[in-house]
Amino acid sequence: MNWTSFIFGKLSWSVFPTSPIAIGGAVFMVVVGLSLVTYITKRGHWKYLWHEWFTSLDPKRIGVMYILVASVMLVRGSADALLMRAQQATSVGASQGILSPEHFQQIFSAHGSIMIFFVAMGLMFGLINLVVPLQIGARDVAFPFLNSVSFWLFVAGAALINVSLIVGDFSTAGWLSYPPLSELAYSPTSGVDYWIWSLQIGGLGSLLSGINFLVTIVKMRAKGMSWMRMPMFTWTVLGAMSLVVFAFPILTVTLTLLALDRTLGMHFFTAGGGGNMMMYINLIWAWGHPEVYILVLPAFGIFSEVVSVFSAKKLAGYTSMVFSSIGIVFFSFVVWLHHFFTMGAGADVNAFFGIMTAVIAVPTGVKMFNWLFTMYRGRIRFESPMLWFVGFVILFTLGGVAGVILAEPAADYQLHNSLFLVAHFHTMILSGVLFGYFAGITYWFPKIFGFTLNEKYGRRAFWCWFVGFILAFGPLYILGFMGATRRLDHYDASLGWQPLFIVAGIGAVIIMFGLIFQVIQIIVSIRERHQHRDLTGDPWNGHTLEWSVPSPAPSYNFAVLPVVHSRDAFWAQKDAGMKSPIEYTDIEMPKNSALGIFLAALVGLAGFGIVWHIWWLVTVGILGAFAVFIVRTMDDETEMIIPASVVHAEEERLQFRGVHSR
Amino acid sequence: MQKKSDYSFVACILDNYMNTQTHNSEHEQVEVHTGSTTLFGFWVYLMTDFVLFASLFATFAVLRGNTFGGPGGHDIFDLHFVLIETIILLTSSFVCGMTLLAARRGSVPRVLMGLVTTGLLGATFVFLEVSEFVKLVASGNGFDRSGFLSSYFTLVGTHGLHVALGLVWLIVLIGAVLSRGLSESTMRKLLLWSIFWHFLDIIWIFIFTIVYLLAFT
Amino acid sequence: MVSPYQAIPVLHPQGPVALAELHVIGITLLLSSIIVVPLFIMLAVFAWKYRIGNTKSAREHHPRWDHMNPLFEFAWWLVPAIIIVMLSVVAWVSSHQLDPYVPLVGTEAPITIQVVALDWKWLFIYPEQGIATVNMVEFPAGAPVHFEITSDAPMNSFWIPALAGQIMAMPGMQTQLNVLASNPGEFRGVSANLSGAGFAGMNFEAKAVSEDDFSAWIASVKASSPTLTRDSYQTLAVTSSNNPITYYSMVDSSLYTSIINSYMTPQDASTSTDGMNMNDMPMGTMTP
Repeated sequence: MNWTSFIFGKLSWSVFPTSPIAIGGAVFMVVVGLSLVTYITKRGHWKYLWHEWFTSLDPKRIGVMYILVASVMLVRGSADALLMRAQQATSVGASQGILSPEHFQQIFSAHGSIMIFFVAMGLMFGLINLVVPLQIGARDVAFPFLNSVSFWLFVAGAALINVSLIVGDFSTAGWLSYPPLSELAYSPTSGVDYWIWSLQIGGLGSLLSGINFLVTIVKMRAKGMSWMRMPMFTWTVLGAMSLVVFAFPILTVTLTLLALDRTLGMHFFTAGGGGNMMMYINLIWAWGHPEVYILVLPAFGIFSEVVSVFSAKKLAGYTSMVFSSIGIVFFSFVVWLHHFFTMGAGADVNAFFGIMTAVIAVPTGVKMFNWLFTMYRGRIRFESPMLWFVGFVILFTLGGVAGVILAEPAADYQLHNSLFLVAHFHTMILSGVLFGYFAGITYWFPKIFGFTLNEKYGRRAFWCWFVGFILAFGPLYILGFMGATRRLDHYDASLGWQPLFIVAGIGAVIIMFGLIFQVIQIIVSIRERHQHRDLTGDPWNGHTLEWSVPSPAPSYNFAVLPVVHSRDAFWAQKDAGMKSPIEYTDIEMPKNSALGIFLAALVGLAGFGIVWHIWWLVTVGILGAFAVFIVRTMDDETEMIIPASVVHAEEERLQFRGVHSR
Repeated sequence: MQKKSDYSFVACILDNYMNTQTHNSEHEQVEVHTGSTTLFGFWVYLMTDFVLFASLFATFAVLRGNTFGGPGGHDIFDLHFVLIETIILLTSSFVCGMTLLAARRGSVPRVLMGLVTTGLLGATFVFLEVSEFVKLVASGNGFDRSGFLSSYFTLVGTHGLHVALGLVWLIVLIGAVLSRGLSESTMRKLLLWSIFWHFLDIIWIFIFTIVYLLAFT
Repeated sequence: MVSPYQAIPVLHPQGPVALAELHVIGITLLLSSIIVVPLFIMLAVFAWKYRIGNTKSAREHHPRWDHMNPLFEFAWWLVPAIIIVMLSVVAWVSSHQLDPYVPLVGTEAPITIQVVALDWKWLFIYPEQGIATVNMVEFPAGAPVHFEITSDAPMNSFWIPALAGQIMAMPGMQTQLNVLASNPGEFRGVSANLSGAGFAGMNFEAKAVSEDDFSAWIASVKASSPTLTRDSYQTLAVTSSNNPITYYSMVDSSLYTSIINSYMTPQDASTSTDGMNMNDMPMGTMTP
């Protein structure tokens, strides 16, 4: 081995993109990144960002950063989507569209991977960080340093998948990289390796967060907050974190085994050599199905909060909501085979999993009815969080019907891997997960930032998403019946599919306008923040504890830890109207730490090294990460004290913003 | 409370509307989290490790017959060798238990002796396992020979890797005991480490049974 | 020009299997509407009646109202549960009746065709007739067609939407699909699983003809075309896409088996079963 290949591994000058669109994407990303760095440097903001944000262990700060990174990744994933729609609307008959087949396949693989792992998971953990400690009456999560590590691992994973746009290529094997297509024999380039390691690194962050929030909810609830007094959002997060803890290790193993096949020539999933590709599919979906419930359960929780507050009513059927969530958690582990009914497992096995899949529709249906009954005899304010909810009910129900159809194995034989399937899962994820998170962001924004979002642009964004969605995915349901499979980069003109693809393309553009309105909403809201200040800490007349602290919430959340006597604890406090004198005490909070950043950076570098076989970099990265971790464990002085006098002063300062009753 | 800096528009928003951290000079540290939270968190982590091993066991079960014309378990395993490995690891767990008892009684020298002994036994286990692997690779039955061998090396190797990491942790622990004695924080770390060590022992029993013993039935 | 029938094949089945599968789709849709229609009505009524602008419903506002009469609550657990039970019965019965491995009964004699998915075309081998075709499969209308399917490429999925559902095609393994075309016609076949760059071009023509026309077609193929030996198969298997329809007048009868066997053991396997491990074919039948 010569020195060049030792230092640079498989890197060479040919790793840079050559097609115009790929070059354009890479250049755009580099330019935006450099501009941002230049702007921050010129304004001298690095110190502020480092001390107030990057090294912060405050989950509210970490939560905001998660949502920002996820939003950036949403832009990238949406750009992928628009390119895909453009290709499929134009690549008919003699025309080959705007992308080569290989490029198109990279784009849809990146689109799915980014949207699930870096947009949906990022938004979810962002909201969980922002809200859960406040909702349970705690000051922080169970393991604050681990929280920072989780976030920075998420960033490292996202960074790696973005680097693939500039250096090397990305996987062409779809967002789940089925073997043997994803094995070295059929995917010899760096693409699948980037997929493996960006997901592995991001997934590790998710697993650590799962442990963190599970322990937080179990161990750190306010005094008196028994299980059946927890807010619904916290319950669904508990369910989701339980799923994370059980499902993500399966992903870790599966990605590792594929990596071992590709890097060390093993034969877990190869064609021949004693590999069994069906094992991969079972393992990846044993993770994959719980994953979609991980994403949607917190969204259900958000809707429970939003519907009850915006209908000025208690949530209907709290008990059955709790038990249906628990039911969903258990059942999500016995349905995974419905993702591959067509793999030939036989009628008995297929029927069993089909039945289990239909069963899991029951608790979801129960939730729907309970939400509607929450609206019953309420005083409903149709502000944008409630609009997102109504859009969700309409679309998610229809998508759910499609899901029940697909749950029948015999029906699935005709619809599997068609655009009907694609339409179904996009319906669930957009109208369920994304609409829910959008509603949550709007709902909790004032608690974090101290002012509400501009409602006009919020409504415009909603209508663009809603109408855009129907136009973008309605045609896909029809195309599935027309025999159109997914992931096609070209089709015959005689099939009559093009008009439908054009409509779908228009829908995607309308969704893009929805995104643009959301960006405008943020900008306008910041400009108008003084008109929309949240002076009371309770802008929506909320029910739960997060609304009992001032807006924006102080770093320590509660000056005095609350004691809970019932469900909807804040509503109860407001009813009781108690204004007992407040006894301020010293508050202990974690100190900032840069070690999370260093650890994640080293892991990220190791990931890059594995992709390009730069073994010295892998060694340095892994050993370095371990060293950082050990250094942290030896540090016994990780906390700092906020003296009672300081807390008192801070509370007074926040009080002067407006009346605040406790 | 407000930090004074030269803020621009965006920074102003973020600073004013999300309260800045209240940084203070260091006071003496106080344990925020009760030990029970850390302990519970560690059990949850162990549960994830258990799922990880379960996935590897499931993969092994599916691939154990995929020898692709090469040797199966009964061809390459030496049960006597495995028995020695097992005795060594089980003994190390026993010594680990005794070490925790000594720690409760506050005897630093005994604790150090116990930790070092456990470590030596663990290191011997790892050495034996690595030599078994090297032998297999040298004889042309490496992890790239067949699906069975890939899954064998990976399952047993993952366990071995966990043991090796446990040894690294042990070294750090010994350092902590030497420098800080049996403080509350060191005791807690000792407890966590010993739970981890026993967990690895239990996994080994599964491996011993499912991988090695079942190869001969 | 594509006729409306061909344009939406799943809704216009041309064989009993696809027809039965469409019925399952229909029944499921109907049963689901029992839940969905009332749900949408409730949404519309509640959203309208209880909106804050409607002063008429203000008197009804009951902030603490959080559960119905338990009997009512039981009903909306029960009704969906009953529907799920019905759907479960449908799932059990239809999964067994429409199991792709179950042979069909038709008006003509059954025919076996072996299918090999390649990069990026479909090879059809007729073991009984001794011919082979690429990207085109012809069979008698009314005859139960028994497809035995494998792949010498990544995972694919064999699908003729107008006739039946799909089944995966995997290297080193065999799956089966039984289809029957009720009447003569031409149908589109595709691969429904991503298998690489040329995957979108992996279309084939499925043609059902009368028994007489079928015999004539066999005869004409046997008379004229090149032969498919092991060597010419290796040439065919080389990566290519958008292959034209090709016919082979003779094919090595052990070719299909040898393709599957090539994934089983390191050396090139003959027709013997040496080294073939039952565990390597967990689904589908053993090849003879």
